[in-house]
Amino acid sequence: MTEISASAPVGTDNDATRPKRRDIGIKRRYAAENRFRALGIGAVSIAVLALVFLLISILSNGLSAFRQTFVAFDVTLDAAVLDKAGNRDPAEMAKVTTIGYGNLLKKALAADLEARGVSTEGISSKEIAGLLSKEAPAQLRNRVLADPGLVGQTISFKTYATGRIDGYYKGRVTMESAALDSNVSPEQLTLADRMRGAGMLTVGFNTGFLFGPDASELRPEAAGLGIAILGSAYMMILVLVMSLPLGIAASIYLEEFAPQNRFTDLIEVNINNLAAVPSIVFGLLGLAIFINFAGLPQSAPVVGALVLTLMTLPTIIIATRAALKAVPPSIREAALGIGASKMQAIFHHVLPLAMPGILTGTIIGLAQALGETAPLLLIGMVAFVRDFPAAPPEGFFDPAAALPVQVYNWTQRADPAFVERASGAIIVLLVFLFLMNLIAIVLRRQFERRW
Amino acid sequence: MSVAEAEKTRERWQTVMSGPAPEHIKMHTRDVCVFYGAKQALFDVDLDIGEREVTALIGPSGCGKSTYLRCLNRMNDTIDICRVTGKIELEGEDIYAPSIDVVELRARVGMVFQKPNPFAKSIFDNVAYGPRIHGLAGSKSDLEDIVVSSLKKAGLYNEVSDRLHEPGTGLSGGQQQRLCIARAIAVNPEVILMDEPCSALDPIATAKVEELIDELRENYSIVIVTHSMQQAARVSQRTAFFHLGILVEVGDTDRMFTNPQDQRTQDYITGRFG
Ligand SMILES: Nc1ncnc2c1ncn2[C@@H]1O[C@H](COP(=O)(O)OP(=O)(O)O)[C@@H](O)[C@H]1O
Ligand SMILES: [Mg+2]
Repeated sequence: MTEISASAPVGTDNDATRPKRRDIGIKRRYAAENRFRALGIGAVSIAVLALVFLLISILSNGLSAFRQTFVAFDVTLDAAVLDKAGNRDPAEMAKVTTIGYGNLLKKALAADLEARGVSTEGISSKEIAGLLSKEAPAQLRNRVLADPGLVGQTISFKTYATGRIDGYYKGRVTMESAALDSNVSPEQLTLADRMRGAGMLTVGFNTGFLFGPDASELRPEAAGLGIAILGSAYMMILVLVMSLPLGIAASIYLEEFAPQNRFTDLIEVNINNLAAVPSIVFGLLGLAIFINFAGLPQSAPVVGALVLTLMTLPTIIIATRAALKAVPPSIREAALGIGASKMQAIFHHVLPLAMPGILTGTIIGLAQALGETAPLLLIGMVAFVRDFPAAPPEGFFDPAAALPVQVYNWTQRADPAFVERASGAIIVLLVFLFLMNLIAIVLRRQFERRW
Repeated sequence: MSVAEAEKTRERWQTVMSGPAPEHIKMHTRDVCVFYGAKQALFDVDLDIGEREVTALIGPSGCGKSTYLRCLNRMNDTIDICRVTGKIELEGEDIYAPSIDVVELRARVGMVFQKPNPFAKSIFDNVAYGPRIHGLAGSKSDLEDIVVSSLKKAGLYNEVSDRLHEPGTGLSGGQQQRLCIARAIAVNPEVILMDEPCSALDPIATAKVEELIDELRENYSIVIVTHSMQQAARVSQRTAFFHLGILVEVGDTDRMFTNPQDQRTQDYITGRFG
């Protein structure tokens, strides 16, 4: 310090006395830094834009799936049609098919329209009944069979309007398109408008979409996600229960106990490779081992969960090992130095510190598993399932669907009404993922609060 | 290595004893050799650790002080490639004998490390952990007594008495190190090994720890590795000088620093190398 101030007196000519600095390109360094920063901002902006675009497109397509057009009217449950024997015996009454109920509904709707003074001029009775979902007779039949006492009474009955009418109120169907459409006519649309004016036709929240089962190609208005949500939930529970303990145990063994030799090196390489195996291969494996060899049922959540467990295990193991490695060795030494056994050192001190990392890895693995479609197609989860699986544990073996497969399934169907359903299902899937991440964050906080 | 050279090395391995052996021998080691894989880190170390006194291990870095220290509570067992030969006895009992349980051994021979390494738990739990796993406390109040008395012995209690349930990692470096000492004391060891316990501490914290070591000497046999000769002179009664894996000279601390017998010891303590 003193030397510099001594040799460089204050003054204008001190530039001359000072040794000339080599040009090390300070300006260029700053320019490079700014360029890099601009690139980074650009990359992040593109990513954010893509995400926003994706969200907007899914939400704009899919939010309408949560709203639905309903028709409500009075139905007189004629005992002469529904219970010919007159003894209210459900077994007897079950002989009346949905066709019988369909005819009943047709008459009831026409009668109720007349009673409310809604004009039906120039519209055939078949077209009037065509406003109702094809699901309606079955709904009524189920309701009557569940409660035979209803026969003979007049009940108010609420059912889905057919997909085209629903589409009319969501902007998918217009008068012009209806004129060209064999499934709906402009007259039906104007009738729907009049019914809406009379309060018989309403648009409301669609609980059936979240809790109902899937429906066939011909009745998109009745298609729901209930079974898929349940199937996915069952699978996630099973995957968590199977993969977390297995993954942690395997990681602890490999990281803390296994000797370092060729064999463990081989295992390590293979685990890393396994994480990169295309998921459909796991589906083939599952089909061969769990269904063909072990004889487990097709389409069952338990098989899906086994396959997804195989798929997520490498992810969990890699994350867990990294988390264990990140725990400073001094903690292990401290525990060992005080007379803890290796097990105690790991379970009391290392594992709690590694837990946030392990949980993050597990949730990432689970999120992957939740969105996985290909392996589930191969083990038959793509089947059309109408019956809800039972409660666990039996339900794990009942046929079920899965959310991503349901999305795939609906995008394959011809009726345009399924487009919004597929997007709606994606929204549900995203909500699931969001919830899982939330749980991960909360758990991580919990563990980190214990410092 | 030629025969002549080997002979010369053999010569070098002879330890100079400046002064008598300790009166009461706590730990007795003979012909201790340690290998990391094919590399030998210690050559035939013969050293006795006296009871209720402080033995300092000094020497240039890499000379094997930590390695020797870690033999005394078998911490070297945790290193896969490490192999220990020779005889190491605690109160006449071979600690490498198959009948010895390493968990019990480490309760009798505690250790404090170079970098303070409290557990990621509360101050209380840090100290209570050892007594818990060794079943030393019959009841909750017993445990509390042990924790408090250990913290008191480590001279930390007054500073932390109002925040026993806050994280141990939140203390200052010097406090953390004293917490680690309290943790070691809590299992009631006979010997405490300290590997450069002050190297990560500032001078004031160092002074406190040194003071503490001096107090602990009344109840425990202490072996301390240090790279500071002043520290060795201040806290220890006996000093052992290691060089290149060889125990060169051992004796009374006063004698060692005023009148070293071996040329290498003299060079080291006068600062000619190290
Ligand atoms: N875990 C280990 N693996 C291999 N070599 C080691 C290991 N620990 C120490 N060594 C070697 O043993 C020698 C003695 O090391 P150490 O006992 O740590 O020295 P000091 O504590 O005296 O500085 C050094 O040459 C070191 O490289
Ligand atoms: Mg060392």
